[in-house]
Amino acid sequence: MTDAITPTRSPRTLDRVVIRFAGDSGDGMQLVGDRFTDVSAVFGNDLATLPNYPAEIRAPAGTIAGVSSFQVQIADFDIATPGDAPDVLVAMNPAALRANVADLAPGATIIVNEDAFETRNLTKAGYATNPLTDGSLDAYRVHRVPMTTMTIEATKDSGAKPRDAERSKNFFALGLVCWMYGRPTAPLLAWIDERFGRSPIVRDANRAAFNAGYHFGETTELFESSYVVPPAQVPPGRYRNVSGNLALAYGILAAAHHAKLGVCYASYPITPASDILHELARHKALGVRTVQAEDEIGAIGIAIGAAFAGTLGVTATSGPGMDLKAEALGLAVSLELPLLVVDVQRGGPSTGLPTKTEQSDLLMALYGRHGEAPLPVVAARSPSHCFDVAFEAVRIALKYRTPVVVLTDGYLANGSEPWRIPQIADLPDISVPFATEPNHVDEDGTPRFWPYLRDPDTLARPWAVPGTPGLMHRIGGLEKEDGSGNVNYEPANHERMTRLRAAKVAGIAAELPPVEVDDPDPLADLLVVGWGSTYGPIRAALGALRAEGHRVAHVHLTHLNPFPPDLGSVLGRYRRILVPEMNLGQLSRLLRAEYLVDAQSLSKVQGLPFRAAEIAARILEMLEAPAPEPAGA
Amino acid sequence: MTDTGTTSPLTRKDFASDQEVRWCPGCGDYSVLAAVQLLLPELGVRPETQVFVSGIGCSSRFPYYMNTYGLHSIHGRAPAVATGIALARPDLDVWVITGDGDGLSIGGNHLIHALRRNVNLVILLFNNEIYGLTKGQYSPTSELGKVTKSTPFGSVDHPFNPVSVALGAEASFVARTHDMDRKHMMEVIRRAHRHRGAAFVEIYQNCNVFNDGAFEDITAKDRRADMLIELRHGEPIRFGAEGQWGVRIGPYGEAEIVSVAEVGEDALLVHDEHRPDPSLAFALSRLASGPHEPTPIGVFRDVERLTYEEAVQAQITAAAVRGPQDLQRLISSGHTWEVPGPGGNGSRSD
Repeated sequence: MTDAITPTRSPRTLDRVVIRFAGDSGDGMQLVGDRFTDVSAVFGNDLATLPNYPAEIRAPAGTIAGVSSFQVQIADFDIATPGDAPDVLVAMNPAALRANVADLAPGATIIVNEDAFETRNLTKAGYATNPLTDGSLDAYRVHRVPMTTMTIEATKDSGAKPRDAERSKNFFALGLVCWMYGRPTAPLLAWIDERFGRSPIVRDANRAAFNAGYHFGETTELFESSYVVPPAQVPPGRYRNVSGNLALAYGILAAAHHAKLGVCYASYPITPASDILHELARHKALGVRTVQAEDEIGAIGIAIGAAFAGTLGVTATSGPGMDLKAEALGLAVSLELPLLVVDVQRGGPSTGLPTKTEQSDLLMALYGRHGEAPLPVVAARSPSHCFDVAFEAVRIALKYRTPVVVLTDGYLANGSEPWRIPQIADLPDISVPFATEPNHVDEDGTPRFWPYLRDPDTLARPWAVPGTPGLMHRIGGLEKEDGSGNVNYEPANHERMTRLRAAKVAGIAAELPPVEVDDPDPLADLLVVGWGSTYGPIRAALGALRAEGHRVAHVHLTHLNPFPPDLGSVLGRYRRILVPEMNLGQLSRLLRAEYLVDAQSLSKVQGLPFRAAEIAARILEMLEAPAPEPAGA
Repeated sequence: MTDTGTTSPLTRKDFASDQEVRWCPGCGDYSVLAAVQLLLPELGVRPETQVFVSGIGCSSRFPYYMNTYGLHSIHGRAPAVATGIALARPDLDVWVITGDGDGLSIGGNHLIHALRRNVNLVILLFNNEIYGLTKGQYSPTSELGKVTKSTPFGSVDHPFNPVSVALGAEASFVARTHDMDRKHMMEVIRRAHRHRGAAFVEIYQNCNVFNDGAFEDITAKDRRADMLIELRHGEPIRFGAEGQWGVRIGPYGEAEIVSVAEVGEDALLVHDEHRPDPSLAFALSRLASGPHEPTPIGVFRDVERLTYEEAVQAQITAAAVRGPQDLQRLISSGHTWEVPGPGGNGSRSD
């Protein structure tokens, strides 16, 4: 195939652009967004994406409830978010326009499929009058493109029936946007050939629609110019796009490889964590054992059993599943076995917002079990960071023989970004030895194996796996005697064991690196403390504020339990502390409780990430108010 | 701990831990423990290859008394934990010790799914028809009308028949025995251990504190002959001191008790453990609605089916045959592109 097209008109250069594709959930908007993202990555742009789709698989067509969208920001510099307000909205029908138009900045470009703006669709979307003609869109640059008609016309020769041909209109829209931003067409056409090669009619229709959209942009007078976003300057190396769930699955595989352990992954289907199971289930050749368990409790039970048997036990879920796993997590704390539990957070409580993002499980991860049941918690800040965090969590779990909770969220799980592919061979060895010998001698000289005789440095207990002669032992959820591990109900022993379990987890802090403080000034006027996926919007907000001369610092926490050892002294240096979170202030509450600092909370619980502008506005507000004395002064 | 690194034959002592057994004096659990500890040396297995997993309840203390690997998990979840162990280490013998409350109430879901998946487990369900550890509430196997602390006016819950549940859950091995007959119990457990796949054994077990005599109608020595129907593969099903009673299949597929003198031996059902279809086994499980009528014991069903671990391993082996997978190549797959250092040129690959 050599009919790739090169733009001919002289383009304008932009440093960044935010594009949102929106349509009915059956219109293929996620696919179009994915393709645009991929081709932009190959082109060398930095990018970040935000898919947004209905919880219902088949919401009524043409309604607001059925709108699916995909936002991508492409830039020639290192960016951190999918952008605040889209510069371009592609709306395939009236509902898509209505659901998204409020997010646009004045002057933004709207490209609509004009054919879809007929009475029935307008009514379904709740429009009394046609927004294309009633003047309500006067603040925007609106391009009315009869995409359906032109797609049907363009695909005539493909042999597709008009009803089927019409389904290729998403490729028409993709072609049009690719022309606007000077995307290379060859990779897209090659992808279409590969993906639809088995159905030549569909393949040809999609190619024809894509080319027609591209040509439409080039030849029509509707567009004054096209735009070029030049490639970004990023560190050299080989890159690929990666979503959070995929990076997490790869991180688990890399960690198991360097732990020299097999993986037993058990989970129950739940949005937005299921893709981790889908990915790992493909890798039988790497020896991965996956189980789609009977329920969330069964999933963690299987993972615990696998850990007892000497493999890397892993389970992943989202909020409702964490509720169900709580008792078994407590068992894992008591058994002191390595275990990885991933919580891809979503809007709660209860079923909540299954397909929308939130950070509201932090306190639950730390405290959501009966009894004193401490465990380490780590959180990923970006899609590719999920790889590093999975690896780090497994390292901690193995070294300290403890369950570890990894927090990601729906935004990270489904969002993607370019990822500099790590060299697996360069990652550290995180393997730990199994016990092979008795570790205690009775008064009468008999050698014994004591399952709760701890390593004096890490307080980790020995991991003796079934099948090892001479080390037979019984462990369970009942309180155990310090050392021997026998069931023990003595008051002093319970207090000692409770404190040992807490000290073991707290002791992890000693080996954590110092807090990375991003503060270009000697001492900024305000410190932003974040965790998880707010990283992108915080970075974007700080970039804008620093460009205006404001002195703002940033700390982004990966380790949420225990905190890095110097966090308190870092916080004490700043006079103002802001903690933006997609919850009602969970980290700020922890910081206030732990360090007695006035960590102010900025909350958002709309199922959507912060916009950088929202964070910047709050920072400016705080900077204008008189500052209190620093807590550590 | 006993050093078992020698080749001398093992004894019951080698499988007993140093922990004091703390069940109530007279509890039926003692006889099950003895049966298992006596059986294991006969099976020729090593203690380190045996893993006992339990949930919560009186019976679930069982693993503490075995000098093997053991995991006393949480209420109802033993089949899930055991599945993880069996999946990770198919070379081990994994036992699940559970009860009527643990296995059929709070953990019912895990039990039926372990059975349907045919995980290679021996599941011993101690059925005493009562909650003992919590001091005497009715259980999912307690009879209708049962008066307990939580049912002062009698239970209105229709009970489960554990053998019927297991058969309905696609179990490949289903048996019943009772704590008053060590020989029978050992033989049934030996068969369960030999079976590849999930083996479910219901053990009628007397709780002498909260439900004493629950099975006395059928297990008392002087009544057994007329009340226990011993299933033997390949033989017509007969019972009674003189073998005067038998079981035949009625016109609607139901099992019924008949007088051999009246119907003749040829009319009796010949027991076939290996029938692929579980309908006859199910019909037998419905003969008695509770342990007060003639009740079948022994192996109801024993059929061959691929175990879960074997099926999982087969996929791994098949994938390996198609070619070893390299992790570096995997994470470097799909669309990739090279960002050049200063002076270099970019490239892309698919």
